Amino acid sequence: MRRYVPKDDVQKKAYYTDRYWVAPQVPKEKVASDKVFAEDLKAIKAKFKVLDAYIQVEQMVVYIRPEDNVAVLELMKKELAYTQLSEMSAVDFLSQRGEFDVFYQMLSMSKRKRIRVKCTLKEGEAIESVEKLFRSADWSEREMYDMFGIKVNNHPFFKRILMPDDWEGHPLLKTYPLHGDEFAAWYEVDKIFGKEARDIIGPEIRDDAAVDRYDTKRFARLGHEVPYGAEIPEGEPAVKTEYQEDDGVFLIERFEKDNSTVITDRDR
Amino acid sequence: MAQHQVKFTQDGGLPVALTTIDKVVNWGRSNSLWALTYGLACCGIEMMASGASRYDFDRFGTIFRASPRQADVLIIAGTLTKKHAEFIKRLYDQMTEPRWVISMGSCANTGGMFNTYATVQGADRIVPVDLYLPGCAPRPETLQYGVMLLQKKIRSEKAIKAQKPKRLL
Repeated sequence: MRRYVPKDDVQKKAYYTDRYWVAPQVPKEKVASDKVFAEDLKAIKAKFKVLDAYIQVEQMVVYIRPEDNVAVLELMKKELAYTQLSEMSAVDFLSQRGEFDVFYQMLSMSKRKRIRVKCTLKEGEAIESVEKLFRSADWSEREMYDMFGIKVNNHPFFKRILMPDDWEGHPLLKTYPLHGDEFAAWYEVDKIFGKEARDIIGPEIRDDAAVDRYDTKRFARLGHEVPYGAEIPEGEPAVKTEYQEDDGVFLIERFEKDNSTVITDRDR
Repeated sequence: MAQHQVKFTQDGGLPVALTTIDKVVNWGRSNSLWALTYGLACCGIEMMASGASRYDFDRFGTIFRASPRQADVLIIAGTLTKKHAEFIKRLYDQMTEPRWVISMGSCANTGGMFNTYATVQGADRIVPVDLYLPGCAPRPETLQYGVMLLQKKIRSEKAIKAQKPKRLL
């Protein structure tokens, strides 16, 4: 089990550091190496400021300014034939660079090309919705808000999509602990029974291997059934695990193993 | 009677059975355990298989009902997320007493492999559980065996006794 650390103010600082070997980046190629991408980039550059552009794994990556996102995607959809927004979300680079990467993965069926449009956002900054251009952005932007807390302007129905509406925190941030913070740990208890019940129900048992075989309050143990709350400090009484009582069951024919037929031929 | 040739004294042929109220009531309860249709994840598939023709729950009197008002057993089959926790509590409260709960599979028992912020670490944090079935997912045979053990448990209970939940709340 992982070492317990207090989770009171854990979200205030980044706890995530690279623990293992970090794979090197896939080599980047110049955009000029691909004719189709070169023309697309030229068309984008004619109207918008492009911060960086390269080709990686046969896909062009274009960094734009965040305020241009709707206009760039509109240009790509209407003039460059990138008609599908196959994916969009964000990446948390807060600990490395102090900003998020927001990416739009575009697909052109006619050109058979994919372009990833990226822009960076500081924490607390909002971005304009592209839902008017691509319906698929509707849920994606809600998910981006749910997971990272990045607000989206002019979205038609802006609320959380995966987590409950009254959830606190954004789980895909690198600062969010995997086992949840204080709020997450007691969420269902607080909501259903109230905070008073915390003492009765107790904290979550995060150790999967934890088995208290002498706990007669929480577990009904097959084969070792004892009354609720019974004390069994020195071993437990052995009880047969047969599903019918020895003296038979009222109005039910007793199952006799010797008289039963065992089918071994599956194709009978 | 005579025309049916009932042998009153042989072969247990008496048309009279003497027993107690407890036994009759528990016989009825244990042999008509109607379960709530409640598949939450992959265990739900095994639960459906148990109800279908090959494993055939109907012969044990276990019929799946789509309404908690008509159900006696809540089979929690699958991963219980924190978002869903309030609904399972509401459905449990809507079931009429006496009612029993079977926690099916690792996820419902302890949270299982989902040791994360979004999963309830054991359904017994929300509702009292009578029987825990191990497995990921348990085979239909396990669920059948579990239901039969629950029947045995019901038979050993007092019919009008207030049922003590495994958890106090």
